[in-house]
Amino acid sequence: MKRTGEFFSATFTIVELEFRKLRHDPTELVSRAVQPMLWLLVFGNVFSKLHGIPTGGVPYLDFMAPGILSQSVLFMSIFYGISSIRERDTGIIVRFLVSPAPRTALVFGKALAAGMRALSQTAFVYVVVVLMGVHLSSNPLAHLGVILLALLGAAFFSLFSLLVASITKTQERFMGIGQLMTMPLFFASSALYPIKMMPGWLQVVSHINPLSYQVDAMRALMLENGTSTFGLGTDFAVLILASGAMVAIAGRIYSQIVT
Amino acid sequence: MDTIVETDSLTRKFGQFTAVNGLSISVQAGETMGLLGSNGAGKSTLIKMLTTLLPPTSGDAMVAGFDVAKEASQVRRHIGYVPQMSSVDGSLTATENLEVFAKLYSLTRAERRERVQDALEYSGLSKFADRLAGTFSGGMGRRLEIAISTLHRPRVLFLDEPTSGLDPVARDTVWDRIRTLRDEFGTTLFLTTHYMEEAESLCSRIAIMHAGHVVALGTPAELKASWGDPAATMDDVFIHYSSKEPA
Repeated sequence: MKRTGEFFSATFTIVELEFRKLRHDPTELVSRAVQPMLWLLVFGNVFSKLHGIPTGGVPYLDFMAPGILSQSVLFMSIFYGISSIRERDTGIIVRFLVSPAPRTALVFGKALAAGMRALSQTAFVYVVVVLMGVHLSSNPLAHLGVILLALLGAAFFSLFSLLVASITKTQERFMGIGQLMTMPLFFASSALYPIKMMPGWLQVVSHINPLSYQVDAMRALMLENGTSTFGLGTDFAVLILASGAMVAIAGRIYSQIVT
Repeated sequence: MDTIVETDSLTRKFGQFTAVNGLSISVQAGETMGLLGSNGAGKSTLIKMLTTLLPPTSGDAMVAGFDVAKEASQVRRHIGYVPQMSSVDGSLTATENLEVFAKLYSLTRAERRERVQDALEYSGLSKFADRLAGTFSGGMGRRLEIAISTLHRPRVLFLDEPTSGLDPVARDTVWDRIRTLRDEFGTTLFLTTHYMEEAESLCSRIAIMHAGHVVALGTPAELKASWGDPAATMDDVFIHYSSKEPA
């Protein structure tokens, strides 16, 4: 019991720390909100005139809205590890690693902190989406589900990022690999078009991409006439298992960042 | 007296390179042990192993009665570490920096309030408690780091070059702080430094490391005496031991 208490206390201390940092300097939250807005306003508006993408009867803008929300969470999370490299370079991280806080609690705290940023992204995207007239589900519980999905996606991809940071250790290498990963993750998912439109090999890739499951479930929950391809149960199971596994793996590898 | 740090044939290799080679030393509780050595002598690797940041390749090390490899989390409860690089978070205030670690070390709410206030006071940072640590001078940052590292009253405090890059005035305030810890709390100190005067004035014993070995160990007076020349300075002693070809 005492151990569990210490674990969660350490986890929430990390979340609180990240929250305080954002309160001192919220610039990042605001600047991060611009990109999804551009995707919706520019890309979304143009592509909704094409009618070439089989969206299953929903307007294209509706179809892509959950995709863009997922994407904005992905883009934010996939570079989250860079802050750990900065903390490594300045020596801050060492102080955490010599503290008795369990490493899994430290990384779980980071995952939740990334989730906190994802929540602000979600709020921004919802505002834009409502203004653009996307047909949202009238069930408030469904939108709670969307929030949960944003948290899960942020947890998975931010820890994946932390893992890459722990292995690459320098900003230059990290940025290279980060850039390399972002686009394939995004395009090999159902964010902008249905998976069944993809060539066979890409369909295989998209099935092992957690982003596909996140988008799939978001689409089902967020939209008025949303449907899920994989089934909501599968979507949540994949994301929860993947994030849990990431906490365990990143917790083990994290300390290698200082060596 | 109790032995508080003890290593037995402690070794760390990085590929073919042996950074610390079969090191056996012991430090008594309350001592201030100074670790000297040129860059690359293995000082930082040794400190990283003793603070559980790096697992030994072979050999054992006990810190505060616990094995660094097998009981790392117990060791972490009893040690403090001031790393070579500045480790305060510049995007948080002084108080926030302290609060975070008071929580990670599971201090109770009452302990937290009292010790954070205390820490700010004795570091001379009370007036700057709510300023972002990023705006602090080198000396202020260092004092804050020492304050953070001692919130949980560690039995051993490791300091990796605590005064490098500081001006003489700031260095003095850091030394004062270190002496207070030693005299008032009886904290065992384990510090690395490149400043001979610092080693001489602070340390009860000095170990000189060279190529992964401890090549000389004793009180500053003993080390100078071993050199034979009564007028010898610590610089002479250091240069003598650090310029030998590795065995």
